[in-house]
Amino acid sequence: MMQNNVPLLEVSGLTKRFGGLVAVRDIGFTMRGGEILGLIGPNGSGKSTVMKLVMGVERPDAGSVKLAGTEIAGWPTHRIAREGVGIVFQHSRPLHRQTVLENIKLALLPDSLFRLAAEPHVEQRAREIAERVGLGAVLHRRPPTLPFADLRRLEMAKALARNPKVVLVDEPFAGLTPTEVADFSRLIDGFREAGHAVMLVDHNVKSVAALVDRVLAMYLGQRIAEGTADEVMRNETVRRVYIGGAIEAHPRKELDAKGGEALLEVRAIDVFYGKARALQEVSLHVNAGEFVSVVGLNGAGKTTLFNAISGLVPFNGDIHWAGDSLRNRTPARIAREGIVQCPETRELFGELSVRENLDLGGQHLTRPDREAQLAWLLDLFPILNERQGQPAATLSGGEQQMLAIARALMMRPRLLVLDEPTLGLAPVILEQLSKALGRLRETTPITVLLGEQNVTFALPHADRVYVLEHARIVWEGDPVRFAAEMGTGYL
Amino acid sequence: MSLLRRRTPWIILLLVIGASAPGWMGAYFLGVFTTAYYFGVFAMSWDLLFGFAGEVNFGPTFMIGLGAYAAGLMNNAGFGIPICLIGGAAAAVVGGLLLALPALRLRGPYFGLVTLVSVLLLLDCIVIFASVTGGEIGMMVPDVLSVSASVNYWYAFGFLVISAFILYGLSVSSVGLILQATGQDRVGAAALGFNVTKHKLAAFCISALFSGLAGGLVTFYGGIASVDTVVSLSITVQIVIAVVFGGRRTILGAILGAIFLILAGELLRPIGQLNTFVVSAVALAVIIFFPNGALGWLLRPRDQA
Repeated sequence: MMQNNVPLLEVSGLTKRFGGLVAVRDIGFTMRGGEILGLIGPNGSGKSTVMKLVMGVERPDAGSVKLAGTEIAGWPTHRIAREGVGIVFQHSRPLHRQTVLENIKLALLPDSLFRLAAEPHVEQRAREIAERVGLGAVLHRRPPTLPFADLRRLEMAKALARNPKVVLVDEPFAGLTPTEVADFSRLIDGFREAGHAVMLVDHNVKSVAALVDRVLAMYLGQRIAEGTADEVMRNETVRRVYIGGAIEAHPRKELDAKGGEALLEVRAIDVFYGKARALQEVSLHVNAGEFVSVVGLNGAGKTTLFNAISGLVPFNGDIHWAGDSLRNRTPARIAREGIVQCPETRELFGELSVRENLDLGGQHLTRPDREAQLAWLLDLFPILNERQGQPAATLSGGEQQMLAIARALMMRPRLLVLDEPTLGLAPVILEQLSKALGRLRETTPITVLLGEQNVTFALPHADRVYVLEHARIVWEGDPVRFAAEMGTGYL
Repeated sequence: MSLLRRRTPWIILLLVIGASAPGWMGAYFLGVFTTAYYFGVFAMSWDLLFGFAGEVNFGPTFMIGLGAYAAGLMNNAGFGIPICLIGGAAAAVVGGLLLALPALRLRGPYFGLVTLVSVLLLLDCIVIFASVTGGEIGMMVPDVLSVSASVNYWYAFGFLVISAFILYGLSVSSVGLILQATGQDRVGAAALGFNVTKHKLAAFCISALFSGLAGGLVTFYGGIASVDTVVSLSITVQIVIAVVFGGRRTILGAILGAIFLILAGELLRPIGQLNTFVVSAVALAVIIFFPNGALGWLLRPRDQA
């Protein structure tokens, strides 16, 4: 290991605002040659923004980024790349009409307008790199014909070609099989052996624990913990962010008695994104009137599951709704038949007012029905009552989430699908949201399917719980049993 | 370049047929092909921006028009044709740069909108300064390339072949590869150390250079620079159709598209108003059923998956 004492990358006071939202606040860390740092945090924690700030894709509002002593904060991306920072993107976007070899050669070309032909050594070097990442057999194939793992290998090859001092890897293992994970771990280890500094950006500690020397955990744009993977996993704040505080559970036993009246039945579905497997033989059911939670870390497949139910992504297998198959039905028809999804991205109409957003949700209702539904919702979420005339984009994160749920409820769903409503919300807001869900459950016969990473939020109202891990359902049961059986192994 | 080598016999055959056309083709069709060849250069220049740099430029006629009118104005001021052509090309490049520098900072549809507005501004200028530019009637120039249909044809054919050789060569070079990368994924290309703006600006300049030259040549071919032949938005639409029809990102497909559009337009002239409708419908069908265009379909990669 070379250069072990000179920090290759020194970041301090890094801050980035998007409008009123502080995406990254005062983040600092140091990386030395031959070291692997894990940067983890749930969706919306700001980890991706940190990566973009280091790469120069976004300009920091404050702070310093030093590469081997040179200040690079605020430089354009191509200069930062030439100075020695490389990135392996999660989603590869290779040139589709060029071969694998040509794609690697691209990364070896100088940034010149006048060098019309590549120098002879480029071809040789590209072949060597291809061999090293395991693309030797597919040199002359074109990317659209390659399996997912090979596309990731190609991204890795392009990063290797630039011989960067610091390599940023975004979600290194997402969508890979265990064998492929082992291959990629070896490649990343190879960076370390060569004296590069590597940053692995991921949702959770678990997936990168075996590889990293240190982990930096982020939440709401701030650093919440730093240390070895073990230390971070045991850290109280980290556990609270990922799992929440003490787990409460109040399943309604009387629903069990009614069992068998399945409203929604998902039967062994598989979903692929291109070549990446997002869901594998997932089966679950939701009975009428039940509140079912699907818990799992980011990237486990929750959103994909909900999108399959809503008809937004194609799937193999079958999904039954009130006895009929949902195959070949359009998303609009599925929504009209009563399955209403409240997506994690919220999808509000930012320039329309709170009231207009709600009215849009109630378009298909008759006027008196709409008025009644609106009155009930404004009572359920009093804050929306005060904010009726305000454009949705000006609401706080928590208020926007309540509006998104209220708008979904305006459609009078038979099944409300809530995808990660806690995304990026502060703990106080979670409590308000949780109370509203509690009232919803107590006062209406509504059926709810909730997807959550935050277990403390997902469990108190749940009658039944599924755990989704790496595209598969690994546990099913009652929330009281969850605390005993799954509580410790979840992170 | 392997593509070029493999198809060398075909290319030589096409060149021979093209160059010998005045020997066996009537003057009327020589004229039609002359126009089509200039149009082919318009379209190839546009494909370099659209297909490679990934920028939708709705103002190709801004650069063509600048080239045509600048050359015409200089000719009226007493300069010879070669100097006028160089001046026209220079005007197109400078105008193109002035347009691209601020416009390339914009993302998505805004770049296209700015280029569209530039054409409208040029149209306005031509009408406002009608005393110099001839306004909507057009500006006559004292010199013409030649009065012989054959010589005019050879000028156009030679210009097309040289432009095609340079633009195609560029598109398959290392520079073309980098340009495609910047067009497809800005951030990805920058992360590999490529100055995206530099490469796109260079593409814009090259596109402007050939557009301006072609515009100047059209002026001296017809003896007139007019809004209808070099600036009008309907020319832009035809360029777009020619490129998409022939095959985006193929450069050479643009020639095919241009010849099809001009030739079909002439052949169908007897059916009057229906003419444009039929040509557009055929082009539309090709675009819908063969989104990679005629040449893109012929040269589609045949990989075993």
